[in-house]
Amino acid sequence: MQFIAQGYPAFAYTGGRPFDATLPAIVFIHGAAFDHSVWQWQSRYLAHHGYTVLALDLPGHGRSPGSPRATIEEYAEWIAAALDAVGLPQAALVGHSMGSLVALETALRHGPRVTKLALVGTATPMPVSEGFLSAARDEPPVGLEMEAVWGHARQAQLATSPVPGSSLLSASRRLNARSRPGVLHAGLNACNAYRADAAKVAALKVPTLVVAGQRDQMTQMKLGKALADSIPGARYVTLDAGHSMMSEAPRELLVALRGFLG
Amino acid sequence: MANSGPKTPHPDTLAVHGGQSPDPATGARAVPIYQTASYVFPDTDTAAALFNMETPGHVYSRLSNPTVSVFEERMACLEDGVGAIATASGQAALHLAIVTLMGRGGHIVASASLYGGSHNLLHYTLPRFGIETTFVPARDLDAWARAIRPETRLLFGESVGNPSVDVLDVPAVSALAQQHRIALLVDATVTTPALGRPFDQGAHLIVHSATKFLSGHGVVIGGVLVDGGRMDWVASGKYPTLTEPYEGFHGMNFAEESTTSAFMLRARREGLRDFGACMAPMTAFQVLQGLETLPLRMQRHIANTRRVVEFLSIQKEVERVYHPDERNHPDHELAARLYPRGCSAILSFELKGGRDAGRKFIEALTLFSHLANIGDAKSLVIHPATTTHFRMDEDALKAAGITGGTIRLSIGLEHPDDLIEDLTRALRASQK
Repeated sequence: MQFIAQGYPAFAYTGGRPFDATLPAIVFIHGAAFDHSVWQWQSRYLAHHGYTVLALDLPGHGRSPGSPRATIEEYAEWIAAALDAVGLPQAALVGHSMGSLVALETALRHGPRVTKLALVGTATPMPVSEGFLSAARDEPPVGLEMEAVWGHARQAQLATSPVPGSSLLSASRRLNARSRPGVLHAGLNACNAYRADAAKVAALKVPTLVVAGQRDQMTQMKLGKALADSIPGARYVTLDAGHSMMSEAPRELLVALRGFLG
Repeated sequence: MANSGPKTPHPDTLAVHGGQSPDPATGARAVPIYQTASYVFPDTDTAAALFNMETPGHVYSRLSNPTVSVFEERMACLEDGVGAIATASGQAALHLAIVTLMGRGGHIVASASLYGGSHNLLHYTLPRFGIETTFVPARDLDAWARAIRPETRLLFGESVGNPSVDVLDVPAVSALAQQHRIALLVDATVTTPALGRPFDQGAHLIVHSATKFLSGHGVVIGGVLVDGGRMDWVASGKYPTLTEPYEGFHGMNFAEESTTSAFMLRARREGLRDFGACMAPMTAFQVLQGLETLPLRMQRHIANTRRVVEFLSIQKEVERVYHPDERNHPDHELAARLYPRGCSAILSFELKGGRDAGRKFIEALTLFSHLANIGDAKSLVIHPATTTHFRMDEDALKAAGITGGTIRLSIGLEHPDDLIEDLTRALRASQK
């Protein structure tokens, strides 16, 4: 569906069902240089099981025009504006990678509007190496290749795909390659610069789930555990997957989300 | 200093391991043959979710099968495609590609230098279903451009056509495809991913006859369709099958569902479901036995072919040899640029004495097998004008570079000295 947020059109996939603001809502937030389609399996399932879902294309990503935001805080304000735009007073937020930081910051700023928080492939701080940042800025093909390859368990191609007939790594390459110039660098920069307010995190009252990939090369499992430990009452789950748990372990991630979202 | 980027497995490694994990049920290292039509659902909710594409997995072996998926995923890895669909034959793969992209009123621009079976489908059969094809000389880019109409939905050619062994300038035809926002489909049966990858050259879709070099043993019929995920179907605006709701699957908009794999979704969820030309698990297993050694075999095929080309080019019984290794072949430089490891184990030549000499030549061979196939471990020979391309009229034969004296060879993996010895005797016999 299309909507207007902060004066610009934006797109969200609704899981193959019409958007219905009267149902419990789940908002999915993708990572840097990705789009809504990374949530294909989880969003479609939940849309057919009692929820209304919005798998967003962040500004400057996928079908949403405009510029990517420079900071996680700006994205968080955009999420609040998106909720306003579609008439949702509250929603559960599910974020991956950069999207997990956006979800977290939205909860820190707009706590009452966030019913639940699921952070997938996360860490805060989320340091990005200088080599990765400079490649994304100066040698986009190399930066995009790092994003795709490190975004999966090592040698993901040498394993059966959970999605029959698909190459998860090639699909990620092609999706990343569609991102507009500068989008990957802007996203990585935003991740690298973000610092969650530790006091606010420690006081967070939103029920939270942290899902970490046991073979994650981007955000190591121990960093996800550290974040879970810093959020009061947070649940922590690990999956046998790399950073792209939505496609590397789609069924297992769905089980974790269903168990948490209720 | 430029960063070379992260390391990924080489093609030789992918050919052996791509898309496969040791069997989780048994630990089997080899790819198990899942000879089953269907799969038990753990519960009713999972069953409904599988049917409605809310969760990935196997439902029915016409749609997907674990053994077949290993072959599909290995091909996707080797070609750097987002996914692949294995089919009952190479022809089924070509058909699946076309009907996923267009229906009645659609138009294709195709190279005139095509496998005879593909020519049949495009020229004789598809017009009955309202899909027309304009054939153009593979090397004439102006002709490709002139043939494109508002209703054109596909450009199609073979990476290396047979029997004339002309090389498709994929980057140049791709530039036309980009300009007109039309998909480019390349049949890469002759080159295989071991010699070149059409997606890297600008193609959007690839088909292979898996019967040929991918298997290498000539014991199965199979095909595969690979999607590069590089085509922006939405920006094109010419592919409503991918960008508008499909009533045949709960109003699914495939391009919304998957930004990069919309084509694969529709091809599997409609094309395999309804046309049903799937690959059998045993076939996939047999193709995989060959695929493991593809890079090694192609090296030997190419080395043997070079010996044969050199030999034939200096024989007095031979009018002319068609192979890009020949300096006077019009695609000599293009082949060297696109396929530096070699481009074809297929070659053809004109025998002095025309059709009669051709008959004597073929019947005098003892090592080469006279049959309608290419890409076998065994060397093969055929007379295209009376077999693979016999439905073509004289003009179409001429456009495809075929005369009564054209002999096509597919060079196998035997010792090259033995091949040359067999050819030497048959050449002498052809002139008696």
